[in-house]
Amino acid sequence: MTIDWSWIGDHTDDLTSLTVSHLQAALSAVFFGLLISLPLAVIAHRIRPLRGFLLGLSNILFTIPSIAIFVLLLPISGLTRTTTVIGLTVYTLVVLLRNTVEGLDSVPVKTKEAAKAMGTRPLRTLLTVELPLALPVIMAGVRIATVMSISLVSVATYIGDGGLGQLFTDGFQRDFPTPVIAGVVLTLLLAVVADALLVAVQYVLTPWTRRRA
Amino acid sequence: MYELFKNLGAWLTSGHQWSGYDGIAHRLAEHLQYSLLATLIAAAIGLPLGLLIGHTGRGAFVAINLASFGRALPTVGLVVLVFLASGLSMWPVYIALVALAVPSIVTNTYAGMTAVDPDVKDAARGQGMRWHQVLFQVELPLALPLIMTGLRLALIQVVATATIAAYVSFGGLGRYVFDGLAQRDLVQVMGGAVLVAAVAVVLDLTLSGIQRFLFRHRPA
Repeated sequence: MTIDWSWIGDHTDDLTSLTVSHLQAALSAVFFGLLISLPLAVIAHRIRPLRGFLLGLSNILFTIPSIAIFVLLLPISGLTRTTTVIGLTVYTLVVLLRNTVEGLDSVPVKTKEAAKAMGTRPLRTLLTVELPLALPVIMAGVRIATVMSISLVSVATYIGDGGLGQLFTDGFQRDFPTPVIAGVVLTLLLAVVADALLVAVQYVLTPWTRRRA
Repeated sequence: MYELFKNLGAWLTSGHQWSGYDGIAHRLAEHLQYSLLATLIAAAIGLPLGLLIGHTGRGAFVAINLASFGRALPTVGLVVLVFLASGLSMWPVYIALVALAVPSIVTNTYAGMTAVDPDVKDAARGQGMRWHQVLFQVELPLALPLIMTGLRLALIQVVATATIAAYVSFGGLGRYVFDGLAQRDLVQVMGGAVLVAAVAVVLDLTLSGIQRFLFRHRPA
Protein backbone atom coordinates (compact mmCIF):
# COMPACT_ATOMS: atom_id res chain seq x y z
CA MET A 1 0.00 0.00 0.00
CA THR A 2 1.77 3.11 -1.21
CA ILE A 3 0.89 6.72 -0.60
CA ASP A 4 0.41 8.85 -3.68
CA TRP A 5 2.02 12.06 -2.43
CA SER A 6 1.13 14.00 -5.58
CA TRP A 7 -2.58 13.39 -4.83
CA ILE A 8 -2.09 14.94 -1.42
CA GLY A 9 -0.23 17.88 -2.97
CA ASP A 10 -3.06 18.42 -5.48
CA HIS A 11 -5.78 18.25 -2.86
CA THR A 12 -4.50 20.37 0.02
CA ASP A 13 -7.45 22.76 -0.36
CA ASP A 14 -9.97 19.92 -0.15
CA LEU A 15 -8.15 18.38 2.79
CA THR A 16 -8.15 21.72 4.61
CA SER A 17 -11.84 22.39 4.07
CA LEU A 18 -12.77 18.82 5.09
CA THR A 19 -10.65 19.16 8.24
CA VAL A 20 -12.36 22.45 9.12
CA SER A 21 -15.81 20.99 8.49
CA HIS A 22 -14.89 17.90 10.54
CA LEU A 23 -13.72 19.98 13.48
CA GLN A 24 -16.75 22.24 13.26
CA ALA A 25 -19.14 19.27 13.53
CA ALA A 26 -17.27 17.78 16.49
CA LEU A 27 -16.96 21.06 18.40
CA SER A 28 -20.63 22.00 17.82
CA ALA A 29 -21.60 18.64 19.30
CA VAL A 30 -19.48 19.18 22.41
CA PHE A 31 -20.82 22.74 22.76
CA PHE A 32 -24.47 21.66 22.56
CA GLY A 33 -23.67 18.66 24.75
CA LEU A 34 -22.38 20.99 27.47
CA LEU A 35 -25.32 23.35 27.01
CA ILE A 36 -27.72 20.47 27.67
CA SER A 37 -25.78 18.51 30.29
CA LEU A 38 -24.75 21.37 32.61
CA PRO A 39 -28.30 22.26 33.74
CA LEU A 40 -29.30 18.57 33.74
CA ALA A 41 -26.27 17.71 35.88
CA VAL A 42 -27.16 20.43 38.39
CA ILE A 43 -30.70 18.99 38.58
CA ALA A 44 -29.36 15.42 38.89
CA HIS A 45 -26.97 16.56 41.62
CA ARG A 46 -29.64 18.40 43.65
CA ILE A 47 -32.61 16.06 43.18
CA ARG A 48 -31.46 12.53 44.05
CA PRO A 49 -34.41 10.57 42.60
CA LEU A 50 -33.86 12.17 39.18
CA ARG A 51 -30.18 11.29 39.21
CA GLY A 52 -30.52 7.57 38.47
CA PHE A 53 -33.15 8.29 35.85
CA LEU A 54 -31.07 10.89 33.95
CA LEU A 55 -27.82 8.89 34.09
CA GLY A 56 -29.64 5.69 33.10
CA LEU A 57 -31.33 7.42 30.20
CA SER A 58 -28.05 8.82 28.87
CA ASN A 59 -26.49 5.35 29.23
CA ILE A 60 -29.23 3.81 27.09
CA LEU A 61 -28.84 6.55 24.46
CA PHE A 62 -25.12 5.76 24.40
CA THR A 63 -25.70 2.08 23.54
CA ILE A 64 -27.59 3.04 20.38
CA PRO A 65 -25.12 2.66 17.50
CA SER A 66 -24.03 5.96 15.92
CA ILE A 67 -25.05 4.90 12.42
CA ALA A 68 -28.46 4.00 13.85
CA ILE A 69 -28.87 7.42 15.48
CA PHE A 70 -28.02 9.20 12.23
CA VAL A 71 -30.41 7.00 10.29
CA LEU A 72 -33.23 7.34 12.83
CA LEU A 73 -32.91 11.13 12.58
CA LEU A 74 -33.28 11.07 8.78
CA PRO A 75 -37.09 11.46 8.74
CA ILE A 76 -36.75 14.47 11.08
CA SER A 77 -33.74 16.43 9.85
CA GLY A 78 -32.79 14.69 6.59
CA LEU A 79 -29.34 14.44 5.00
CA THR A 80 -27.99 17.59 6.67
CA ARG A 81 -25.30 18.85 9.01
CA THR A 82 -28.05 19.18 11.65
CA THR A 83 -28.46 15.39 11.70
CA THR A 84 -24.72 14.94 12.20
CA VAL A 85 -24.57 17.43 15.07
CA ILE A 86 -27.69 16.09 16.83
CA GLY A 87 -26.39 12.52 16.58
CA LEU A 88 -22.96 13.43 17.95
CA THR A 89 -24.48 15.58 20.70
CA VAL A 90 -26.49 12.59 21.94
CA TYR A 91 -23.20 10.68 22.28
CA THR A 92 -21.42 13.43 24.20
CA LEU A 93 -24.26 13.57 26.74
CA VAL A 94 -23.39 10.36 28.57
CA VAL A 95 -19.78 11.39 29.29
CA LEU A 96 -20.51 15.07 29.98
CA LEU A 97 -23.49 14.40 32.23
CA ARG A 98 -21.76 11.70 34.27
CA ASN A 99 -18.57 13.70 34.75
CA THR A 100 -20.38 16.94 35.63
CA VAL A 101 -22.48 15.17 38.26
CA GLU A 102 -19.36 13.47 39.67
CA GLY A 103 -17.54 16.80 39.65
CA LEU A 104 -20.33 18.50 41.59
CA ASP A 105 -20.39 15.55 44.02
CA SER A 106 -16.66 15.94 44.64
CA VAL A 107 -17.04 19.49 46.03
CA PRO A 108 -16.48 19.23 49.82
CA VAL A 109 -19.62 19.83 51.89
CA LYS A 110 -17.62 22.13 54.20
CA THR A 111 -16.75 24.43 51.32
CA LYS A 112 -20.42 24.75 50.40
CA GLU A 113 -21.33 25.35 54.05
CA ALA A 114 -18.68 28.05 54.30
CA ALA A 115 -20.12 29.76 51.23
CA LYS A 116 -23.60 29.58 52.79
CA ALA A 117 -22.33 30.91 56.12
CA MET A 118 -20.80 33.87 54.32
CA GLY A 119 -24.26 34.68 52.97
CA THR A 120 -23.58 33.64 49.38
CA ARG A 121 -26.79 32.98 47.44
CA PRO A 122 -27.31 29.43 46.05
CA LEU A 123 -26.96 30.47 42.39
CA ARG A 124 -23.79 32.43 43.16
CA THR A 125 -22.41 29.48 45.14
CA LEU A 126 -23.06 27.25 42.16
CA LEU A 127 -21.37 29.58 39.69
CA THR A 128 -18.44 30.81 41.77
CA VAL A 129 -17.75 27.91 44.16
CA GLU A 130 -19.18 24.59 42.99
CA LEU A 131 -18.64 24.74 39.23
CA PRO A 132 -15.02 26.01 39.45
CA LEU A 133 -14.14 23.28 41.97
CA ALA A 134 -15.83 20.67 39.79
CA LEU A 135 -13.95 21.93 36.73
CA PRO A 136 -11.12 19.33 36.66
CA VAL A 137 -13.62 16.44 36.56
CA ILE A 138 -15.86 18.27 34.08
CA MET A 139 -12.87 19.00 31.84
CA ALA A 140 -11.87 15.33 31.91
CA GLY A 141 -15.34 14.63 30.49
CA VAL A 142 -15.01 17.40 27.90
CA ARG A 143 -11.71 15.90 26.74
CA ILE A 144 -13.18 12.41 26.31
CA ALA A 145 -16.29 13.82 24.59
CA THR A 146 -14.17 15.89 22.19
CA VAL A 147 -11.86 13.05 21.15
CA MET A 148 -14.83 10.71 20.79
CA SER A 149 -16.78 13.20 18.65
CA ILE A 150 -13.78 13.83 16.40
CA SER A 151 -13.51 10.09 15.81
CA LEU A 152 -17.27 9.63 15.30
CA VAL A 153 -17.86 12.45 12.79
CA SER A 154 -16.63 10.15 10.03
CA VAL A 155 -19.55 7.76 10.57
CA ALA A 156 -21.81 10.53 9.21
CA THR A 157 -20.22 9.91 5.80
CA TYR A 158 -22.94 7.30 5.29
CA ILE A 159 -25.56 10.03 5.39
CA GLY A 160 -23.54 12.29 3.06
CA ASP A 161 -21.71 14.42 5.64
CA GLY A 162 -18.85 13.31 7.84
CA GLY A 163 -16.00 15.76 7.19
CA LEU A 164 -12.82 13.75 6.77
CA GLY A 165 -14.96 10.60 6.68
CA GLN A 166 -15.79 11.48 3.06
CA LEU A 167 -12.19 10.54 2.26
CA PHE A 168 -12.93 7.00 3.47
CA THR A 169 -15.93 6.45 1.21
CA ASP A 170 -14.08 8.15 -1.64
CA GLY A 171 -11.00 5.91 -1.26
CA PHE A 172 -13.19 2.84 -0.83
CA GLN A 173 -15.22 3.46 -3.97
CA ARG A 174 -12.13 4.12 -6.11
CA ASP A 175 -9.96 1.40 -4.52
CA PHE A 176 -7.42 4.14 -3.76
CA PRO A 177 -5.80 4.09 -0.29
CA THR A 178 -4.17 7.55 -0.23
CA PRO A 179 -7.28 9.56 0.80
CA VAL A 180 -8.13 6.94 3.42
CA ILE A 181 -4.67 7.16 4.98
CA ALA A 182 -4.81 10.97 4.83
CA GLY A 183 -8.23 10.89 6.52
CA VAL A 184 -7.13 8.58 9.34
CA VAL A 185 -3.93 10.56 9.98
CA LEU A 186 -5.73 13.93 9.95
CA THR A 187 -8.44 12.62 12.31
CA LEU A 188 -5.84 11.35 14.79
CA LEU A 189 -3.93 14.63 14.47
CA LEU A 190 -7.08 16.68 15.14
CA ALA A 191 -7.84 14.56 18.20
CA VAL A 192 -4.32 14.93 19.61
CA VAL A 193 -4.20 18.70 19.02
CA ALA A 194 -7.70 19.28 20.43
CA ASP A 195 -6.87 17.20 23.51
CA ALA A 196 -3.62 19.11 24.11
CA LEU A 197 -5.45 22.45 23.74
CA LEU A 198 -8.07 21.37 26.28
CA VAL A 199 -5.32 20.40 28.74
CA ALA A 200 -3.88 23.90 28.27
CA VAL A 201 -7.31 25.51 28.78
CA GLN A 202 -7.77 23.55 31.99
CA TYR A 203 -4.31 24.59 33.20
CA VAL A 204 -5.18 28.24 32.68
CA LEU A 205 -8.68 27.96 34.21
CA THR A 206 -7.64 26.16 37.41
CA PRO A 207 -4.62 28.00 38.85
CA TRP A 208 -5.34 26.67 42.38
CA THR A 209 -4.67 23.06 41.39
CA ARG A 210 -1.13 23.93 40.36
CA ARG A 211 0.10 25.08 43.75
CA ARG A 212 -0.99 21.86 45.39
CA ALA A 213 0.74 19.68 42.79
CA MET B 1 -44.22 10.21 9.37
CA TYR B 2 -47.13 8.06 10.58
CA GLU B 3 -47.03 6.06 7.34
CA LEU B 4 -43.30 5.48 7.85
CA PHE B 5 -43.75 4.07 11.34
CA LYS B 6 -46.61 1.86 10.18
CA ASN B 7 -44.44 0.42 7.42
CA LEU B 8 -41.55 0.02 9.85
CA GLY B 9 -43.77 -1.91 12.22
CA ALA B 10 -44.95 -4.12 9.36
CA TRP B 11 -41.34 -4.67 8.23
CA LEU B 12 -40.20 -5.68 11.70
CA THR B 13 -43.08 -8.04 12.40
CA SER B 14 -43.73 -9.82 9.11
CA GLY B 15 -42.83 -13.52 9.23
CA HIS B 16 -41.50 -13.29 5.69
CA GLN B 17 -38.91 -10.72 6.78
CA TRP B 18 -37.61 -12.98 9.55
CA SER B 19 -36.93 -16.11 7.49
CA GLY B 20 -34.46 -17.06 4.80
CA TYR B 21 -30.86 -16.10 4.03
CA ASP B 22 -31.58 -12.36 4.07
CA GLY B 23 -34.02 -12.81 6.96
CA ILE B 24 -33.67 -11.02 10.28
CA ALA B 25 -32.98 -14.25 12.22
CA HIS B 26 -30.00 -15.15 10.03
CA ARG B 27 -28.62 -11.58 9.95
CA LEU B 28 -28.97 -11.37 13.72
CA ALA B 29 -27.01 -14.63 14.13
CA GLU B 30 -24.26 -13.28 11.85
CA HIS B 31 -24.15 -10.01 13.75
CA LEU B 32 -23.78 -11.79 17.09
CA GLN B 33 -21.14 -14.12 15.64
CA TYR B 34 -18.93 -11.20 14.47
CA SER B 35 -19.42 -9.36 17.76
CA LEU B 36 -18.73 -12.27 20.09
CA LEU B 37 -15.68 -13.52 18.19
CA ALA B 38 -14.18 -10.01 17.98
CA THR B 39 -14.78 -9.39 21.70
CA LEU B 40 -13.26 -12.78 22.54
CA ILE B 41 -10.10 -12.00 20.55
CA ALA B 42 -9.94 -8.55 22.13
CA ALA B 43 -10.28 -10.10 25.59
CA ALA B 44 -7.47 -12.55 24.81
CA ILE B 45 -5.26 -9.56 24.00
CA GLY B 46 -6.56 -6.98 26.47
CA LEU B 47 -7.00 -9.03 29.66
CA PRO B 48 -3.39 -10.30 30.03
CA LEU B 49 -2.14 -6.83 29.11
CA GLY B 50 -4.31 -5.09 31.69
CA LEU B 51 -3.52 -7.66 34.39
CA LEU B 52 0.21 -7.40 33.73
CA ILE B 53 0.21 -3.59 33.78
CA GLY B 54 -1.96 -3.55 36.90
CA HIS B 55 0.12 -6.19 38.73
CA THR B 56 3.54 -4.74 37.96
CA GLY B 57 2.45 -1.10 37.98
CA ARG B 58 4.64 -0.59 34.92
CA GLY B 59 3.45 0.69 31.58
CA ALA B 60 0.42 2.54 32.95
CA PHE B 61 1.36 5.56 30.84
CA VAL B 62 1.27 3.38 27.73
CA ALA B 63 -2.09 1.89 28.70
CA ILE B 64 -3.74 5.26 29.23
CA ASN B 65 -2.38 6.65 25.97
CA LEU B 66 -3.37 3.51 24.11
CA ALA B 67 -6.91 4.05 25.35
CA SER B 68 -7.19 7.63 24.12
CA PHE B 69 -5.52 6.65 20.84
CA GLY B 70 -8.08 3.87 20.42
CA ARG B 71 -10.88 6.31 21.15
CA ALA B 72 -9.61 8.68 18.45
CA LEU B 73 -9.10 6.02 15.76
CA PRO B 74 -11.93 6.35 13.21
CA THR B 75 -13.36 2.84 12.76
CA VAL B 76 -14.74 3.55 9.28
CA GLY B 77 -11.29 4.60 8.10
CA LEU B 78 -9.63 1.56 9.65
CA VAL B 79 -12.09 -0.85 8.02
CA VAL B 80 -11.62 0.71 4.59
CA LEU B 81 -7.85 0.82 4.98
CA VAL B 82 -7.54 -2.85 5.94
CA PHE B 83 -10.03 -3.73 3.20
CA LEU B 84 -7.92 -2.01 0.53
CA ALA B 85 -4.81 -3.75 1.88
CA SER B 86 -6.21 -7.25 2.31
CA GLY B 87 -8.93 -7.49 -0.32
CA LEU B 88 -12.25 -9.24 0.24
CA SER B 89 -11.85 -11.07 3.54
CA MET B 90 -13.10 -10.90 7.12
CA TRP B 91 -9.83 -9.25 8.22
CA PRO B 92 -11.05 -5.63 7.95
CA VAL B 93 -14.08 -6.34 10.09
CA TYR B 94 -12.25 -8.23 12.82
CA ILE B 95 -9.20 -5.95 12.95
CA ALA B 96 -11.38 -2.86 13.28
CA LEU B 97 -13.68 -4.39 15.89
CA VAL B 98 -10.79 -5.79 17.94
CA ALA B 99 -8.98 -2.43 17.79
CA LEU B 100 -12.17 -0.82 19.06
CA ALA B 101 -12.62 -3.28 21.94
CA VAL B 102 -9.07 -3.68 23.27
CA PRO B 103 -8.72 -0.17 24.83
CA SER B 104 -11.84 -0.41 27.03
CA ILE B 105 -10.80 -3.88 28.19
CA VAL B 106 -7.23 -2.83 29.02
CA THR B 107 -8.16 0.41 30.81
CA ASN B 108 -10.93 -1.17 32.89
CA THR B 109 -8.81 -4.18 33.84
CA TYR B 110 -6.00 -1.83 34.81
CA ALA B 111 -8.39 0.40 36.76
CA GLY B 112 -9.75 -2.63 38.61
CA MET B 113 -6.25 -3.81 39.50
CA THR B 114 -5.13 -0.43 40.83
CA ALA B 115 -8.28 -0.15 42.93
CA VAL B 116 -7.23 -3.25 44.93
CA ASP B 117 -6.20 -2.16 48.44
CA PRO B 118 -2.36 -2.26 48.68
CA ASP B 119 -2.64 -3.51 52.29
CA VAL B 120 -4.49 -6.59 51.07
CA LYS B 121 -1.73 -7.31 48.57
CA ASP B 122 0.89 -6.80 51.28
CA ALA B 123 -0.94 -9.19 53.58
CA ALA B 124 -1.09 -11.81 50.82
CA ARG B 125 2.62 -11.46 50.15
CA GLY B 126 3.34 -11.49 53.90
CA GLN B 127 1.58 -14.85 54.14
CA GLY B 128 4.14 -16.20 51.69
CA MET B 129 1.97 -16.20 48.57
CA ARG B 130 3.89 -16.28 45.29
CA TRP B 131 3.30 -13.51 42.73
CA HIS B 132 0.99 -15.65 40.62
CA GLN B 133 -1.00 -16.62 43.70
CA VAL B 134 -1.35 -12.95 44.64
CA LEU B 135 -2.43 -12.17 41.10
CA PHE B 136 -4.95 -14.97 40.59
CA GLN B 137 -6.24 -15.54 44.13
CA VAL B 138 -6.29 -11.98 45.48
CA GLU B 139 -6.05 -9.24 42.86
CA LEU B 140 -8.10 -10.85 40.07
CA PRO B 141 -11.16 -11.72 42.20
CA LEU B 142 -11.16 -8.24 43.76
CA ALA B 143 -10.78 -6.54 40.38
CA LEU B 144 -13.43 -8.73 38.73
CA PRO B 145 -16.41 -6.32 38.83
CA LEU B 146 -14.49 -3.59 36.98
CA ILE B 147 -12.97 -6.12 34.57
CA MET B 148 -16.47 -7.33 33.71
CA THR B 149 -17.65 -3.76 33.20
CA GLY B 150 -14.82 -3.35 30.69
CA LEU B 151 -15.81 -6.51 28.83
CA ARG B 152 -19.44 -5.39 28.77
CA LEU B 153 -18.57 -1.93 27.44
CA ALA B 154 -16.35 -3.51 24.79
CA LEU B 155 -19.06 -5.94 23.67
CA ILE B 156 -21.69 -3.20 23.41
CA GLN B 157 -19.37 -0.99 21.37
CA VAL B 158 -18.55 -3.92 19.11
CA VAL B 159 -22.21 -4.85 18.62
CA ALA B 160 -22.97 -1.24 17.69
CA THR B 161 -20.06 -1.07 15.27
CA ALA B 162 -20.39 -4.54 13.70
CA THR B 163 -22.89 -2.78 11.42
CA ILE B 164 -19.84 -1.85 9.40
CA ALA B 165 -19.26 -5.46 8.24
CA ALA B 166 -22.02 -4.89 5.71
CA TYR B 167 -20.16 -1.90 4.26
CA VAL B 168 -17.38 -4.23 3.10
CA SER B 169 -19.95 -6.65 1.68
CA PHE B 170 -20.47 -9.03 4.60
CA GLY B 171 -23.62 -9.76 6.56
CA GLY B 172 -25.01 -8.88 9.93
CA LEU B 173 -27.79 -6.41 10.69
CA GLY B 174 -25.84 -3.65 8.94
CA ARG B 175 -26.91 -5.31 5.67
CA TYR B 176 -30.34 -3.66 5.99
CA VAL B 177 -28.84 -0.25 6.74
CA PHE B 178 -26.46 -0.22 3.79
CA ASP B 179 -28.78 -2.00 1.31
CA GLY B 180 -31.55 0.34 2.34
CA LEU B 181 -29.34 3.40 1.86
CA ALA B 182 -28.32 2.13 -1.59
CA GLN B 183 -31.92 1.36 -2.59
CA ARG B 184 -33.30 4.57 -1.01
CA ASP B 185 -35.57 2.35 1.08
CA LEU B 186 -35.90 4.28 4.32
CA VAL B 187 -38.07 1.62 5.98
CA GLN B 188 -35.35 -1.01 5.56
CA VAL B 189 -32.63 1.39 6.79
CA MET B 190 -34.64 2.30 9.88
CA GLY B 191 -35.54 -1.36 10.46
CA GLY B 192 -31.86 -2.28 10.52
CA ALA B 193 -31.02 0.64 12.80
CA VAL B 194 -33.82 -0.21 15.24
CA LEU B 195 -32.69 -3.86 15.36
CA VAL B 196 -29.02 -2.98 16.06
CA ALA B 197 -30.04 -0.48 18.74
CA ALA B 198 -32.40 -3.02 20.30
CA VAL B 199 -29.73 -5.74 20.38
CA ALA B 200 -27.22 -3.35 21.98
CA VAL B 201 -29.65 -2.07 24.61
CA VAL B 202 -31.00 -5.54 25.49
CA LEU B 203 -27.47 -7.01 25.75
CA ASP B 204 -26.32 -4.13 27.96
CA LEU B 205 -29.30 -4.41 30.31
CA THR B 206 -29.01 -8.21 30.52
CA LEU B 207 -25.27 -8.21 31.18
CA SER B 208 -25.46 -5.45 33.80
CA GLY B 209 -28.27 -7.38 35.45
CA ILE B 210 -26.16 -10.56 35.54
CA GLN B 211 -23.23 -8.54 36.87
CA ARG B 212 -25.34 -7.03 39.63
CA PHE B 213 -26.61 -10.50 40.56
CA LEU B 214 -23.10 -12.05 40.64
CA PHE B 215 -21.65 -9.30 42.82
CA ARG B 216 -24.75 -8.67 44.94
CA HIS B 217 -22.83 -9.40 48.17
CA ARG B 218 -20.15 -6.79 47.49
CA PRO B 219 -20.41 -3.21 48.65
CA ALA B 220 -20.65 -0.87 45.67
